[in-house]
Amino acid sequence: MKELKVHTDTMVAEPGERLAPGTSDVTRRMTLNMGPQHPSTHGVLRVVIELDGETITKAVPDIGFLHTGIEKECEVKTWHQAVTLTDRVDYLANLSNNLCYALAVEKLMGDLEIPPKAQWMRVMLVELQRIASHLVWLGTHALDLGAMTMFFYCFREREDVLRIFEMFSGQRMMTSYIRPGGLALEPPRGWQQRVRKFIDAFPSKVDEYENLLNTNPIWMQRTKGVGFISVENMLDLGVTGPMLRGAGIAWDIRKSEPYSSYDKFDFDVAVRTGNDVYARFQVRMEELRQSARIVKQALEGMPEGPWTANAPHMMLPDREKMKTQMEALIYHFKIVTEGYRVPAGEAYQAIESPRGEIGYYVVSDGTAHPWRVFMRTPSFGNLQSLPAMIEGALIADTIAAMGSMDFVLGDVDR
Amino acid sequence: MLPDPLKSNRTAAALEAFDSAAVLGGHTDRDELTLLIAPERILATCRVARNDLGFIRLSAITAVDWFPGEPRFEVVYLLHSIDHNERVRLKCRVADGQEMDSVTPVWRGANWYEREVFDMFGIRFRNHPDLRRILMPLGWEGHPMRKDYPVHGHKYSYQSDQERP
Repeated sequence: MKELKVHTDTMVAEPGERLAPGTSDVTRRMTLNMGPQHPSTHGVLRVVIELDGETITKAVPDIGFLHTGIEKECEVKTWHQAVTLTDRVDYLANLSNNLCYALAVEKLMGDLEIPPKAQWMRVMLVELQRIASHLVWLGTHALDLGAMTMFFYCFREREDVLRIFEMFSGQRMMTSYIRPGGLALEPPRGWQQRVRKFIDAFPSKVDEYENLLNTNPIWMQRTKGVGFISVENMLDLGVTGPMLRGAGIAWDIRKSEPYSSYDKFDFDVAVRTGNDVYARFQVRMEELRQSARIVKQALEGMPEGPWTANAPHMMLPDREKMKTQMEALIYHFKIVTEGYRVPAGEAYQAIESPRGEIGYYVVSDGTAHPWRVFMRTPSFGNLQSLPAMIEGALIADTIAAMGSMDFVLGDVDR
Repeated sequence: MLPDPLKSNRTAAALEAFDSAAVLGGHTDRDELTLLIAPERILATCRVARNDLGFIRLSAITAVDWFPGEPRFEVVYLLHSIDHNERVRLKCRVADGQEMDSVTPVWRGANWYEREVFDMFGIRFRNHPDLRRILMPLGWEGHPMRKDYPVHGHKYSYQSDQERP
């Protein structure tokens, strides 16, 4: 059997080896480099694809282009400083990472009591983050598949959420607002009106988006029955989040291991059984509605009281107190110069991020610096299932399949 | 040997009943179960945990470097069962240069996590289908997450690698 040899770097066939058209008894395999700079990879992911015609016979993801050594850097920061690094892991779900880190450190501290207001505020902000993250996913995913209007609509709505974050923390994306012990700052005046205005209008917009795409024949054809992967494969490969729920598994960490008073909220876990790109789309649309429901409940039932735990050795003091009270000034000095100590031990905290299970495994040796911070990121686990999903499929479906996974490369490479 | 408070724990007791030499110890800390497993028995233990105890998900594998302590590394397996809503942490203490058995026959998802542990800590896994570096460039020297690897000022040792996949 004669094989056409193709140089992988230049994509030019060797001279003299061109085949006559219609030759059927010869296998023709071509290796194609998708990425690292490919618009549909949403970051720097390289997938080496082996093609038989338009069918993918083998796919090898190559990651690490965005590796910045965040876990290593956490070890030289204090517990307090490391919060800012968690923002940069998954840059579309900053507050989720803040929350997971904060919960893990609080678990290590042991005796901290987080007041209800801080817990509810955390839930509200993390759900707003889920909305913002899903909107980026929906906009870019639809753009990849040719529906350009969605992109503008989704980013318009996302901008509203980011403005709310800016109001709270002074930052649109790298918020560092949720810290071990509570919140970084007092919630700003007038946040209720701002959140209410957004959340009252939002559910009708989700309906609008869904109608817009469900009546789009190109969208339906490119998503239905595409990107199938069996449930066994998914569980075996470590897939979590909306992908798993699109395959009929009603596992959501917010329900199964409630954290930060999620058990006090009334919401449903979005589950679909289609197990294709369209089912994942439906799951995320339903999650947008459920998140809006949670935000509304948090807004209406927000408890009064303090927004940090009574732990002056962990939380930076109020600016006014720092200028008038000696103890506050001492605490400020100690936190900034040497940080606070965390009891020796280890803790694993998992939360449900927009992409799946974020887990922070933190190990302390009793000093002011983390001994080890391991981030179990959802994108890393999900991306591992890419070959199982696209091998045997058409190359055009790769774009839809990758979009439906909703990975963030910063989250994969850390 | 299991300490007495863990004898009534379903998972700990079942794993010890399967192979008492595999479970070297364990404790519950902050409501989290940790079991210390003999490194040479990890594959069999994981197989039992997955097939008989319902831990169908492997959340992650990672490692902790206790340099200059001995044995130097702890390899940590984070297991999760959806049906029982339960998590368990299996730990193996290994010395520098000691090889572990790969658990990819039990969970295929262990593939990338073991590659990451190899890349970052230099712990090798026997019978791994594709033990290459995953985050660092293939031609990199050293293992960045080791405690004796500097955060700043390491020798820049990147070479272009033709053998990338």
